[in-house]
Amino acid sequence: MIQAHDSVIVLMLGRLLIPLVQLFGLYVLFFGQYGPGGGFVGGVIFGASMILSILIFGPSASYSKVAKKVVHGDGLGLLIFAGVGGLCLIGGGEFLNYAALEIPGLEVASRRYVGIMLTQIGVAVDVAVTVISIVFSLSSNDEDSHA
Amino acid sequence: MTFSFEIPLLILLILTAGGAILVKDLVPAVFILGSYSFFLALVWAWLGAPDVAFVEAVVGAGLATVFFLLTLFETAPKDTRLHRPPPPLAALIGLPLLGFLLLYAASDLPNFGDPASPASVHISPVYLENSMHDTLTPNVVTSVLMDYRAFDTLIETVVIFTAGIACVLLLRRNQA
Amino acid sequence: MLELIEVWLHRPNFIAFVILFLWGFYIMVTHHNLVKKLIGMYIVQTSVIFFLVAISAKTGATVPILLSGTGPVQAATYTNPLPHVLTLTAIVVQIATLGVSLALVAAIYRKYGTLDEDEILKRLE
Repeated sequence: MIQAHDSVIVLMLGRLLIPLVQLFGLYVLFFGQYGPGGGFVGGVIFGASMILSILIFGPSASYSKVAKKVVHGDGLGLLIFAGVGGLCLIGGGEFLNYAALEIPGLEVASRRYVGIMLTQIGVAVDVAVTVISIVFSLSSNDEDSHA
Repeated sequence: MTFSFEIPLLILLILTAGGAILVKDLVPAVFILGSYSFFLALVWAWLGAPDVAFVEAVVGAGLATVFFLLTLFETAPKDTRLHRPPPPLAALIGLPLLGFLLLYAASDLPNFGDPASPASVHISPVYLENSMHDTLTPNVVTSVLMDYRAFDTLIETVVIFTAGIACVLLLRRNQA
Repeated sequence: MLELIEVWLHRPNFIAFVILFLWGFYIMVTHHNLVKKLIGMYIVQTSVIFFLVAISAKTGATVPILLSGTGPVQAATYTNPLPHVLTLTAIVVQIATLGVSLALVAAIYRKYGTLDEDEILKRLE
């Protein structure tokens, strides 16, 4: 089991750095259409901030309870991605053809833009939850599994 | 010459990849593997691929090191065998032969950096020219990944999800 | 033979790819520790991805992010974006494979208590 760290410096730096890393992850996710970045990197950076809180504060601290709750949403990202494809089917086009999304007041190029943004959010959620879940799996001990 | 910045980076790549194995302890080997990932990200940024360099720096130097270290601290961090038996003869003869065959085929490859090479002339100019008009996205890699080839990305998301579920089934089977 | 050496000198990326690929393969075959085999697998996968990205480079070209919103785009001034797409998928699949392999290694250690391949094979019999 990972214990909370002893040194005050590490704890204070953790409290300062974790919100900054999450903000940077969200920036990379939403600006992935104008510069390098996108869904995958944004999701991995956001997941890495949760892993940092588990490593610094231990899995039973109050900062890490959010990480434990997030793992219950496994598969939500896949549902968002496939759901956007299904909405395109409902709108009349083929699967994942974003020009057929039913959004009033937007032309074809803007509909494809919105489709790209929604699927990037889906991919980011999926990657972040999987990364946190793998870290929880790798750090559970023998005593936990026989309790 | 355009190769003048690349050759020291390639030599550093080969040196760190060699050093990651020739140390006896496993924890320094994992850190040297992290530095190998950083040099690889530098090479890709020099070749004009910033998206790929970003992903490799975050995933290779960050996540892979964390996964390896978590596994090593649960299991044994030292390689306990002191004398290795000599490598099998088939590997010592077969692998250099394979290397020579691969290098012999190098004359069929197109020139490095040729704009008219076969990988760059069929569908790739179509994506570059139509991306802004069709999808209002300046980043062509994102628009190809999420719009023109969205089905591949969907299946890759399924692969990632399956990997997470497989880890849970292997290691957390008896928890409530 | 001399033309072959001249061909090799013009392609240092390909020589680096062959050396890394064969070194990683040799590690996977000969070492007996399971984690060292996984390090070898990592080196093999990253060397193949390196070859993919090296194909996409163009001399005198910039990154594949379009500079201006209007006006015609000349495809020869931007790096080829298709291998980058394949590479992004390959890197994320690589990390997923690494996670599952390390979970397998941890499960083997819990059951047999060692990470050495010969001892595990002896205990299986």
